[in-house]
Amino acid sequence: MDKRNNPLYLAWRRFLRSKPGVISGVVLIVLYGVALFAGFLAPYNLTVQHPDAIYQPPQRIHFFRDGRPVRPYVYQLKRERDPVTFISSYREDPSRPTLIRFFIAQGEPYRFFGLKTNWHLFGVPESEGYFFPLGTDQFGRCLFSRILVGSQVSLTVGVIGVLISFVIGILLGGISGYFGGWIDTLIQRTTEVLLSIPRLPILMALSTVIPASWPSTYVYLGIIGVLSFIGWAGLARVVRGQVLALREVDYVTAAVAQGASNLRIILRHIVPNLSSYLIVTATLALPGYIIGESALSFLGLGIKEPMASWGLLLKDAQNFQSLSLYPWLLTPGILIFISVLAYNFLGDALRDAADVRQRD
Amino acid sequence: MTTFILRRILVAVPTLLLISVLVFGVIQLQPGGFLENMLEDPRVSRETVENIRRQYLLDQPVWAQYLHWLGGIVRGDFGFSFLNSRPVSELIWERMGWTVFLAALTILATWVIAIPLGIYTALNRYGPTSTALNFVGYFGLATPDFLVALLLIYLVLISGGTTVGGLFSPQYIDAPWSWAKFQDMLGHLWIPLIVIGLDGTATIMRQMRANLLDVLNQDYIRTARAKGLAERVVLWKHAVRNAINPLISLAGLQLPTLISSTIIASIVLSLPTIGPFLYDSLLNKDQYVVMALLMLSAVLLMVGNLLADILLAWVDPRIRYE
Repeated sequence: MDKRNNPLYLAWRRFLRSKPGVISGVVLIVLYGVALFAGFLAPYNLTVQHPDAIYQPPQRIHFFRDGRPVRPYVYQLKRERDPVTFISSYREDPSRPTLIRFFIAQGEPYRFFGLKTNWHLFGVPESEGYFFPLGTDQFGRCLFSRILVGSQVSLTVGVIGVLISFVIGILLGGISGYFGGWIDTLIQRTTEVLLSIPRLPILMALSTVIPASWPSTYVYLGIIGVLSFIGWAGLARVVRGQVLALREVDYVTAAVAQGASNLRIILRHIVPNLSSYLIVTATLALPGYIIGESALSFLGLGIKEPMASWGLLLKDAQNFQSLSLYPWLLTPGILIFISVLAYNFLGDALRDAADVRQRD
Repeated sequence: MTTFILRRILVAVPTLLLISVLVFGVIQLQPGGFLENMLEDPRVSRETVENIRRQYLLDQPVWAQYLHWLGGIVRGDFGFSFLNSRPVSELIWERMGWTVFLAALTILATWVIAIPLGIYTALNRYGPTSTALNFVGYFGLATPDFLVALLLIYLVLISGGTTVGGLFSPQYIDAPWSWAKFQDMLGHLWIPLIVIGLDGTATIMRQMRANLLDVLNQDYIRTARAKGLAERVVLWKHAVRNAINPLISLAGLQLPTLISSTIIASIVLSLPTIGPFLYDSLLNKDQYVVMALLMLSAVLLMVGNLLADILLAWVDPRIRYE
C-alpha cells in the first residue's frame, strides 16, 4: 500500500503537527526513562537515613569559584540553632566545598534488571559529606532520590490500572452492547451503581479493605485493584455505546453470516475498529489514576512505607508547620502536575490525530 | 414535569438499593472492626464487647445485619457511632449543613467567575490575559486538590497570614453569629472555595470558550449581525444564551468531582464537613458512620443531577421531558 494512504501514517503526521502533544510525548518518555533508571540516577537509596541531616534544605550547586568556571561542587551545610526559638537552620559552610563525582559506586546495592549494583550517576563520597539536591525529610532521607524511586510507583499505577480497567471495560461493555437483553441491563445497572457514588469516598472506603498487615508490594497491587475496580465502569459505558453503533455495520453482519463466534466478532471485528478511540480514552483516563493514587497515598490510605510515591512524599508536608519551615517537601507535587498535564496534552493531540473526519 | 421528577425518583430507588448492597459489602470486607480494636484495650472486657455486639445484632448472619441496617435507614435511623457514642443521624446532620453550604457556594462562585472568563477568552483569543487564564485553567485541571490546598496554605503562611485551616478563628467557633464572626468566616472561606472550585472553574471556562466559539460561527449570528443588531445584543442575547445551555448538563457531570474535592479539601483544611468525619470513621472502622456517609454522598449526587436536569428544562425551552 502507498505510504501516503496508510491511515496510521496519516494520523502520525497529524500528531506531529501538535506542538503540545509532541512535547508532552517527549516529557513522558523522559519521565518513564527516569523511573526505569531511578536507582542509578538517584544518589542515595530509598530508605537510607541520615540522622545528622534532618530537614536539610536543598544544596545549591556551584559552577564558579572566584569568578572562574570550575567542576560543579556543593558546600556542606552547617546546622545552627536559633538561641531564642530553638529552631535549627542550616547554613553553607564555606570551609567545606565538596566536588560532585560522577559514576560513583557507594552505598547499599539496588536492583537493576535482576542484577545488584551500587553504581550511581552522581554523588558525593560519604567520607566528604552529603549532596541532597532537593533536601531531606524528617529522617534525613534524600528527597531527590525518593522522588525518583517514587516515580516508579506513581507512573506505573496509572498504566497498569488503566490496562486492567480496559480489559474489564472492553469485555463487559462489549458483551453488554453486543448481546443486549438482560445481560445488558445487569451490566448497565452495575456501572450505574459504580458511577453514582462520588469517586473519592468509595476509593477511600475500598482502600481500607486492604489489610494493614500486608507488605508494601501487595498494598501497591491492592491500590491498583481498587482504582481499576472503580475505573472500568466509565469505560464499559463508552465501549457499549460504540458497540451498539457498530453492531449494525455490514462487516459485522458478514462475520455473523460466516458463522464467527460472538467472542471472535467482539474481539476481532468490533474492538479493532474502536482501537484509536480506545487509545485516546485510555490516555485521557490515566491522569485520573495518577491523581487518585496520590490522593489516597497522601491521606495515608494508599502506598505505604518502605515504598514511596509522590502522594506519599507529600504526606510529610501535611502539617502547617513543616509546610512553612520546609517548603522543599512540596517538590513531588511538581512531578504530579507535570505528568498529569503531559497525559492531558498527549490525549488531546492523539484525539485530534485519530479524528478521521479531519483531512490533510 | 412532575411526572418526570417522580419517575426519576422511582428509578433512583433500585439504584440506591444496589448501592447499599455494595457499600455494605465493602464494609464487611474490611479486616477487623471497631469492636475488635476495642478488645485491645485492657480496660474493656470480652463480655462488654459481646454485649454491644448482641445489642447491635452484629452476632447475627450477614444478611440479617444488612436487612436490619436497611430497615433502620428507611425509618431514618442510620445506626450508632461507636467512636462518638451517639446515633449517626445526629452526627451527620450537623456536618451535612456545612457540606451542602460549601458545595453550593462553590458552584455559585465557579459559575459567576468561569462564565465571564470563558466569554472573555473566546472574544480575545490571543491576548496575554487569555494566555494567562488558559494557563491557570490547565494548572487547575492538572493539580490534585490537596496540592492546591498545600500551596495556598504555604503562600498564606509565608506572606505572614495565620488564617489557614478551619472555617473560624478559635475565638469564634462556639460564639453566636455576629458581624465579626461572619467577617472571620469570609477570611477563612476563600481558601476552600479556591481549592474546591479551581477544577470546576477551569473546566467550565474552557467549555464556555469552546461553546461560544462554536456558536459565533453559526449562520444565525451572521444573520443577526446582517440585520444590523448591536454587537452587544448579538453577543449576549443570541450567542451567550445558546452557549450556556450545554454547560448545565456539564454541571451535573461535575458533581462527583465537586463532592470528592469538598471531602479532600475539608480533610486538609480541617473544615467541619463530612470529609474529616468520613476519614476518621474509616481509620477507626466506625462502620455505621462510613456506610451512612457513602450512601449520603450518592444521594447528594443524585439530587444534584436531578436539579441539573430540571434547571436545563427550565432554561432551554426546546427540552421537554415526557
